[in-house]
Amino acid sequence: MYRIWTAFFLASALFSGAPKSSSRLSKEDQILHAANRLTFGATPQDVAAIRKMGMEKWVDQQLHPETIAENPALTERLRALDSLGLSNAELIQKYPPPQLIRNKKKEDGEAKAETMAARQAVRKVYTDLAEAKVLRAVHSNRQLEELLTDFWFNHFNVFFDKGFDRVLVTSYERDAIRPHVLGNFRDLLLATARHPAMLFYLDNWTSVSTDGLPQVRRKAMAKQKRAAGLNENYARELLELHTMGVDGGYTQKDVTEVARCFTGWSIAEIREGAKFQFRPMLHDRKAKQVLGEVIQPGRGEEDGLQVLDILVRHPATARFISTKLAQRFVSDTPPETLVAKMAATFTKSRGDLRAVTRTMLTAPEFWAPEAYKAKMKMPLEMIASALRATGAEVSTTAALQQELRTMGQPLYRKVEPTGYTAMADEWTNSAALLARMNFGISVASNKVRGVRVDLDGRLDGKRTAAEIAEALLLRRPAAETLAALESNAGASPARVAGLVLGGPEFQRR
Amino acid sequence: MVRRTFLRDTALTMFGVGMAPAWLSRAAMAGAARKRVLVALFQRGAMDGLHTVVPYGEKRYAALRPTLAIARDKLLELDGLFAFHPALRPLLPLWEQKQLAAIHATGSPDPTRSHFDAQDFMESGTPGRKSTRDGWLNRAAGPGGASPIRAVSMGGTLARSLRGANPAVAVQSIGSFQVKGGAGNEFLSMYGKSGDAALQGTGKETFAAVQLLETINKSAPAPRAEYPNSRLGKSLEQIAKLIKADAGLEVAFADSTGWDTHVGQAAALERLLGDFARSLAAFHQDLGTRMEDVTVVTMSEFGRTAKENGTRGTDHGHANVMFAMGGDVAGGKVLGDWPGLEPEQLYEGRDLAVTTDFRDVLAAAVRRHAGNTDLTAVFPGYKPRLFPFFRPMQ
Repeated sequence: MYRIWTAFFLASALFSGAPKSSSRLSKEDQILHAANRLTFGATPQDVAAIRKMGMEKWVDQQLHPETIAENPALTERLRALDSLGLSNAELIQKYPPPQLIRNKKKEDGEAKAETMAARQAVRKVYTDLAEAKVLRAVHSNRQLEELLTDFWFNHFNVFFDKGFDRVLVTSYERDAIRPHVLGNFRDLLLATARHPAMLFYLDNWTSVSTDGLPQVRRKAMAKQKRAAGLNENYARELLELHTMGVDGGYTQKDVTEVARCFTGWSIAEIREGAKFQFRPMLHDRKAKQVLGEVIQPGRGEEDGLQVLDILVRHPATARFISTKLAQRFVSDTPPETLVAKMAATFTKSRGDLRAVTRTMLTAPEFWAPEAYKAKMKMPLEMIASALRATGAEVSTTAALQQELRTMGQPLYRKVEPTGYTAMADEWTNSAALLARMNFGISVASNKVRGVRVDLDGRLDGKRTAAEIAEALLLRRPAAETLAALESNAGASPARVAGLVLGGPEFQRR
Repeated sequence: MVRRTFLRDTALTMFGVGMAPAWLSRAAMAGAARKRVLVALFQRGAMDGLHTVVPYGEKRYAALRPTLAIARDKLLELDGLFAFHPALRPLLPLWEQKQLAAIHATGSPDPTRSHFDAQDFMESGTPGRKSTRDGWLNRAAGPGGASPIRAVSMGGTLARSLRGANPAVAVQSIGSFQVKGGAGNEFLSMYGKSGDAALQGTGKETFAAVQLLETINKSAPAPRAEYPNSRLGKSLEQIAKLIKADAGLEVAFADSTGWDTHVGQAAALERLLGDFARSLAAFHQDLGTRMEDVTVVTMSEFGRTAKENGTRGTDHGHANVMFAMGGDVAGGKVLGDWPGLEPEQLYEGRDLAVTTDFRDVLAAAVRRHAGNTDLTAVFPGYKPRLFPFFRPMQ
């Protein structure tokens, strides 16, 4: 089975730029499709770059972000967000999370003013992260890498506001997610499994076996009412959300066994800097069985590593990861043929994510008319695409973060481990739609704090509703859009632009 | 993709000064005044029912929960077997007025312990079936009714329970539910005529609701109770406002999050249950006699392990407790067959067993609210046995 798909993949891997199916996108539509799907929103510059470079080369370049010079203005802006570059230890020192402050307060009766100041400091870690995410989405030249970073962060979601995660998410995204989005899935999985942000978020750092402890220590723990035992939270999400998918074929027994394998995967010095630490004394050393494979007794950290290996090579994982990627980049209901091709690449390449992403982007299914404009923009995509389409200058993002909250996607604040979904159902509702319309109007008329749109410069003399709409959509608007835009003859260009950005056509990508 | 059939085209007027009051009277003329209202409340994350309506009379209760068991003198005893968690004190008056009932050991026949799947199944109303695209509350609402706010979901996203073919709107806050810059007419025209079916349907619903909510917001009196300043408190406050406006609300949905208490759950639940109790009590007080034809039903995707885990919390379990509050609820009792906590009585040896299908509770509420609805259409593939928690109809 896989052999056949692999052969098919190899045959189709050489990028042709044109789909083989009978109905196909025009060349112009292909360019807009690529510019909308491989970026946070097509700009005239993207379209020009594809024309100049050729589709194959442009896609290939996006798959190799290290070969793309980053936008120096962005680099400069990010440098000013100083918390982004700090280690966990430096962050915790400089921006202690609330519970540390509370504890400290109890100990030495610290003044209230000082606590307040520290709270403000904690907020800085969040605003730096959230601001960087928006700035990168709008201004980065490595757009596919940014989209993938967003995708994989959501795949391995952690919630910023859970206790210590307030100082751990910075390094989580920077060190565990970002370096691996076009690397190997096992490296990505292991990086998340060992990162204190994940160990804390899904409680694995507290999941232990007390079997190996001396009697005296067990008694001491009981006396102090110190919690000690198994916690299944990480194990379950590892199977359900990170690898196999809920229908991947594991049982409750597998969840418990996986949890036992990960006992002792913990955090060292959480109050000083938080590093991964395996604690052999707290590891369950008895034999286990995961998905039919025996985990030998008497070992330590290897148990968890073996579980990760089992999961990475499980066919359910290849399918689940491929389906989710295709749902974000191709359509909410990707064709089975596409998922099968991607899964075959995943299996053959042992989780090479660049290869899997390339299979997706070079498959005829990606270029099929059914995929064109098939995706509803997620809120961050909507906001970033509006800023990119108008060539907006962003000085601060506090107001944009508020818009994201109103649209239902507060950054880094998805409580559930599912992360934000790319499926349209979640975002197609009246409250969110109203927020999108209002954002369109506000941003085009320069009423979003911290955002400056030079519409005259961007439109460069274009005045009619049709011209303005085409300048922003990068294609001719639909007849009903045009009719509505032209219904108010005296409308200013800013109003027309606002209507386009808040209108139905701009919500699709 | 569910295509919305939109039945209110004739009601879509242009925006303009003085238009909104006409809307309200039109809604009233359509028989919208003083509807029965069903409010569904979802506690996301899996509330620990055994820490909420506590079976303190069970022999094994204390042994299963060495650090979590609540001391007898702190509990609010209800009968010889069950007691409220102390944070539920604000609900005691409603309990004594018999307007609040607890239904224990409720849940889904599906064994999943995945939050995502279990919430999905509970909201779709079809345990074990993932292909169901619409939610039980949307199907229960049915297609009829002229009011654009007939079915309202509080928050930035439309709850899964309310998604489907029948019109339903998501409202974050009544006061801010407006189109800025007077651009309503052009947007209305663009969305109303769009060839994008999903956006067209949602767009039209949005504009109809915008016009009505503007009026309600202007004329609404101040609440007659103090709500907690929480997501749940705010949601219930707004739902009460919509109910009191008599503008055609029939079903509403609200939720609260944070119930997934794997670690140190005593403190977390103290806070969450306190918020829950104060929000419900405020809602009850705010509505006063209007509560006569309002029912609130609460649910959470599954319960938690009978035995506490190694981190002074609990892991994902099975059966839970649901609450029903309303003027014609036969309350003041813990209802449902109690399966017990002995090892052989637990589901898979670890969780409270389900003795009442959650659909039997929801179906009873739907029947009371919508009359002779075809309940098998609301809960496809299932024949609900109406769980008796209402007083007989007069």
